[in-house]
Amino acid sequence: MKLPPTLLVGGLLVGLVVLTALVSVVWTPVDPTHVEVGDRLKGPMPGYLLGTDQVGRDELSRLMAGATNTLIIGIVTVVIALGIGVPLGGVAALYRGRLEDATMRLSDVLLAFPAILLAILFAAVFQPSRLTAMAAIGIALVPVFARVVRGAGLQVMQQDYVTIVRTYGGTRVWIFVRHLLPNVSSVLIVQATVAFAVAILAEAALSYLGLGTPPPTPSWGRMLSESQTFLNQAPLLAVWPGVAIALAVLGFNLLGDGLRDLLDPKP
Amino acid sequence: MRDSNSDAERRGGGPAALVVEKLSVRVGPIEAVHDLSFVLEAGQRTGLIGESGSGKTLTALAIMGLLPDGLSATGRVLYKGRDLLAMSERDLCAIRGDRLAMIFQEPMTALNPVMQIGAQVAEPLRLHRQLRGSAARSAALQALERVKLPDPAAQMHAYPHQLSGGQRQRAMIAMATACSPAVLLADEPTTALDVTVQAQILDLLVGLVEERGSSLLLITHDLPVVANVCQRVLVLYGGHIVETGSVDEVFSDPRHPYTRALLDAIPPLDDNEPSRKLPAIPGTVPGLGEFPPGCPFRNRCPRADAACMAMPPLDERVACWHPLA
Repeated sequence: MKLPPTLLVGGLLVGLVVLTALVSVVWTPVDPTHVEVGDRLKGPMPGYLLGTDQVGRDELSRLMAGATNTLIIGIVTVVIALGIGVPLGGVAALYRGRLEDATMRLSDVLLAFPAILLAILFAAVFQPSRLTAMAAIGIALVPVFARVVRGAGLQVMQQDYVTIVRTYGGTRVWIFVRHLLPNVSSVLIVQATVAFAVAILAEAALSYLGLGTPPPTPSWGRMLSESQTFLNQAPLLAVWPGVAIALAVLGFNLLGDGLRDLLDPKP
Repeated sequence: MRDSNSDAERRGGGPAALVVEKLSVRVGPIEAVHDLSFVLEAGQRTGLIGESGSGKTLTALAIMGLLPDGLSATGRVLYKGRDLLAMSERDLCAIRGDRLAMIFQEPMTALNPVMQIGAQVAEPLRLHRQLRGSAARSAALQALERVKLPDPAAQMHAYPHQLSGGQRQRAMIAMATACSPAVLLADEPTTALDVTVQAQILDLLVGLVEERGSSLLLITHDLPVVANVCQRVLVLYGGHIVETGSVDEVFSDPRHPYTRALLDAIPPLDDNEPSRKLPAIPGTVPGLGEFPPGCPFRNRCPRADAACMAMPPLDERVACWHPLA
């Protein structure tokens, strides 16, 4: 079978991010939080392959550690979005009627809130932290999954085999877990990959605004925002995290596209 | 219990497995099935005959409590003295597949395409017998062996598309009979199959219900099938039972003009019988809600007159003002 090229490129980029994150857990060239005041805003040189930032921390080490941060954000937000969205969509498809109206209107309301606005709200009510950022992005992504599961679920519920399951005593929960979920899993995998990309971008934006990952944990979004002040002295400091974010988001998007082509081929 | 006992006494048969009383099904404002009352006795095979649109499938779905949205059933369906129509969905789920099961016509789409046969056949056992893991697998294998699926151990891991229509229908029967239900409803179980396979499947069904003393309601439009398989027969037209009785009585001595016409429309297979033009019933089955008031058959009936403007009551045999002698 020929794999779609988008899948290969996407998989390669995502693999690179995952590998970097894994390596950074056990090894980085320099401690990413180690401050060397004498080596502020250095350009690329031996010892600091990508240079140093405004307080003399190694840029490469911080980028590597930032990959871990990015992956944690992506995984947690997607798990939150799946964990709330899938049951909501399932309830809508299985029970129909008022319950369906209620869950779908709820998801409409959520859909009307941009993730950033929700995160600002959360940061104002609670504390600006990585957890509130992840919760806000996760909740903002709930409608995507609720709608996908409901749509696919309605289709599955029309199938003869669901009637058969009911003739031998299958309850709604039984139908949902054993018959609906396996049938929508391929769509969910694709959606989750795309949501992962959205989450990374949203967290970078939040960190840029100072509402995401707090210091000293390295975050690509905050690195980008901090480099702004020194754009004249060290323009490369803005390029590295920017490229990292772009490649990671591109990678997950391509992976999602590729998986869709692979799992759900349409002529 | 009172009802089932009195019915059994009146009919002089075995104990009633399922008692249907004044069952009506409404599709919006239209009544599609009218006041059906009949008894399925334990160990007895009953045929429910009717053309498409006569309400056969609706009757079965109403008994199972599985009418689609917008359709509603009234009357009573008593299993062991409990009214299935008044039961909660939760209680129904416990009875369906365990005491009461159903087989459908379409073996092509009736199985989950992404689930292995063994896992699917094990589902009723997991639901009602709380079997898990290897216990569920071996019980499913036994169920597949009982329905004589060829090479059951290998077919456990097959997906539905890898099975033929007949094999799929066997798997369906294995699912429906896995928990030895007291009442089995079979809605055109052989209509989509080859004639040779039909006979095998019917033999299998008869064997399974006989072995366990279950009651079978065989829904079909195929009169010879009923004649071969069943002991009693209900003839349905326009949502009314127009004739009922033992298969021998009804087939050799039909009283309702509709039953007579149905039997006349079976082509003779006997070489000695001179070939004849098959008589057709004039007109077509009216659509839902378009049956004439009174006797539903009167606009196609050669014996209809003014009396037929009112619905005739069903006596022991027939619902007709002018039954054939």
